[in-house]
Amino acid sequence: MKSLFALIVLAALLGAVSSAQAAGPSVPLDSVAIDVNNEASLQRGAHLFVNYCMGCHSAQFMRYNRVGRDLGLTENQVIRNMVFTTDEDGELVSSGSLMTNAMTRAYGNEAFGKAPPDLTLVARVRGTDWLYTFLRSFYRDESRPLGVNNVVFENVGMPHPLWELQGWQEKRKDADGTVHLDLLRAGTMSAPEYDRAIRDLVTFLSYLAEPIQADRQRIGIIVMLFLLVFLVLAYLLKKEYWKDVH
Amino acid sequence: MAGNSADKIQGGLLGWVDARFPLSQLWNDHLARYYTPRNFNFWYYFGSLALLVLVIQIVTGIFLTMFYKPDAELAFASVEYIMRDVEWGWLIRYMHSTGASFFFIVVYLHMFRALLYGSYKKPRELIWIFGVLIYVVLMAEAFMGYLLPWGQMSFWGAQVIVNLFATIPYIGPDLVTWIRGDFLISDATLNRFFALHVIALPLVLLLLVVSHIIALHEVGSNNPDGVEIKQNKDANGVPLDGIPFHPYYTVKDLVGVGVFFIAFFAVVFFAPEMGGYFLEHANFESADALATPEHIAPVWYFTSFYTVLRAVPDPFIGVLAMGAAVVILFFVPWLDRNPVKSVRYRSMAHRVNLIVFAITFIVLGYLGVQPVSSLYGELGLRFSTMYFLFFWLLWFHSRERSVVFSLLSFAVLVGLYSFYDMLRIESTDPALVMSLWLLPTLYLLATMVVPALVHDLRRDRPVPERVTA
Repeated sequence: MKSLFALIVLAALLGAVSSAQAAGPSVPLDSVAIDVNNEASLQRGAHLFVNYCMGCHSAQFMRYNRVGRDLGLTENQVIRNMVFTTDEDGELVSSGSLMTNAMTRAYGNEAFGKAPPDLTLVARVRGTDWLYTFLRSFYRDESRPLGVNNVVFENVGMPHPLWELQGWQEKRKDADGTVHLDLLRAGTMSAPEYDRAIRDLVTFLSYLAEPIQADRQRIGIIVMLFLLVFLVLAYLLKKEYWKDVH
Repeated sequence: MAGNSADKIQGGLLGWVDARFPLSQLWNDHLARYYTPRNFNFWYYFGSLALLVLVIQIVTGIFLTMFYKPDAELAFASVEYIMRDVEWGWLIRYMHSTGASFFFIVVYLHMFRALLYGSYKKPRELIWIFGVLIYVVLMAEAFMGYLLPWGQMSFWGAQVIVNLFATIPYIGPDLVTWIRGDFLISDATLNRFFALHVIALPLVLLLLVVSHIIALHEVGSNNPDGVEIKQNKDANGVPLDGIPFHPYYTVKDLVGVGVFFIAFFAVVFFAPEMGGYFLEHANFESADALATPEHIAPVWYFTSFYTVLRAVPDPFIGVLAMGAAVVILFFVPWLDRNPVKSVRYRSMAHRVNLIVFAITFIVLGYLGVQPVSSLYGELGLRFSTMYFLFFWLLWFHSRERSVVFSLLSFAVLVGLYSFYDMLRIESTDPALVMSLWLLPTLYLLATMVVPALVHDLRRDRPVPERVTA
């Protein structure tokens, strides 16, 4: 009787889980379905990442050639398309280098107020839905030093690096307080094209945060099958031994 | 005990060893002629599984130490190095991080088994004491290990927990500085936690586990009926209801290992973060002493006690309450004086008490990961009260109590927390306080008052002579 009551309390508690999450962004996040097995999507995402993000953001725990190996790129393709940083002698760094860039923390702090964070693990910190919504939520805001703001990350210190692709958005608030972003000036991509590009980028960021994730799921299935066979054999062995226990 | 010279296989390598080291004797005493009740059920898998997780943690831990760098500048990067550049490093790391959580799952189930079947009662009090010590050391081990990845949650979690000691009057602040080795969580703290995590505490843990098992094998295992199998022996001195641990329970535990591995590796391969509960999202960000995370929650296995801490407004009393919630476990063998061991033959009132306790512990754990709100704060207080009331009831159900004593103690207990409620009703939401006041009150009604009035509910049943199938 008492336990039943407690169960009801517990059920009510569990029902409240979603509403009790830590404070997040002020707008609902769009969900994105990503597939880290999609090599083409990963390659497009990597292309966007090295060309648009890595000027300021590093991926300091990852190596170029690891990305190349996992994404089906040759050594040459990696060097030609991904590596832009040089060493002290002005030579292009090797493909086995970590994906760092030339921006120092001190310079980043000076230029943007806060140094651009490393992005290797950002997908594991923020989640892919957050990234997908964030990268599509920049808008013009003349009150900000860089003339740009973001509805997911209020007063973010960064500019909108993909403005050429997306164009410029404007923030509009409905009477009931819901936030809308209207396209003010079109970019080189249509809205669906831009969404797809961001999905590719987020797919790559998810891969970057945990490069083994596709492999571990493949290996996991084999392990599960092995363990099921083991379990059946162990059970039969137990049955055989226990025949004489009454 | 067994295993005198006649038991030894003479000659050969084994004979040579046995003349110098009691190998066959140890094998017989602890496996081949360790007689175990034949009626073990599902709950009895968790002892051997806890041993298995211990081995997993030690072996994966050894490999992790080969690549990990206990240095505030390098620690975070070295973990990512293990995840990316070390061959199969990701598997070793995920097994270790998942193993930590599974250790607690297995240990909690193992402890609940002891509560169900009264395995802490005479003559097994020391087994229980060693067990609780293992649990305490395990908590310290897990806490120190959690600092090592040097992520945001590592840093701020350690900050919160270490600062609990600062609430101790007079010596608190100096004590905390002494623990950290610095004025904040820093490289010095990381180094000493590493030393404690990889050598000091594992040594203590192993010693306690060995003591736990030696004590168990001295008195023999309890069973779901709570019958002492040593009281019914055949002509050879073998318990009639006993079977040798090896091969019977070694092969049976192998089935348990199979099921356990499926659950364990399903997490390792398909959900190593376990939705942020086994690996917290904020811990993928390097420790930053200047940026406090929005919401600091301990890892799930500490959250029940964390709720007890938060339920008390005064920090120092909160720390004492949290400590008491752990320390009280040591006294269980002397709180529950009822001669009937197994829940199978205990009264309905005791069964309800056990079920409510299990639910209370889970609810407390859930509340501990949630941000503070008035509802959750109030629930935390009520369930913390119920947590401690469980131990009172354990003593109360030691024998059949008179109606007068039952009603009187009910009135006193309800009076106590109602008095506290009256003191604070001004500063809280009265409707909330009064509605949740029902929680502990209904609990006590169901376990003390109703059984006092309905005799069947408080009556223990006769224990059979022999174990049941």
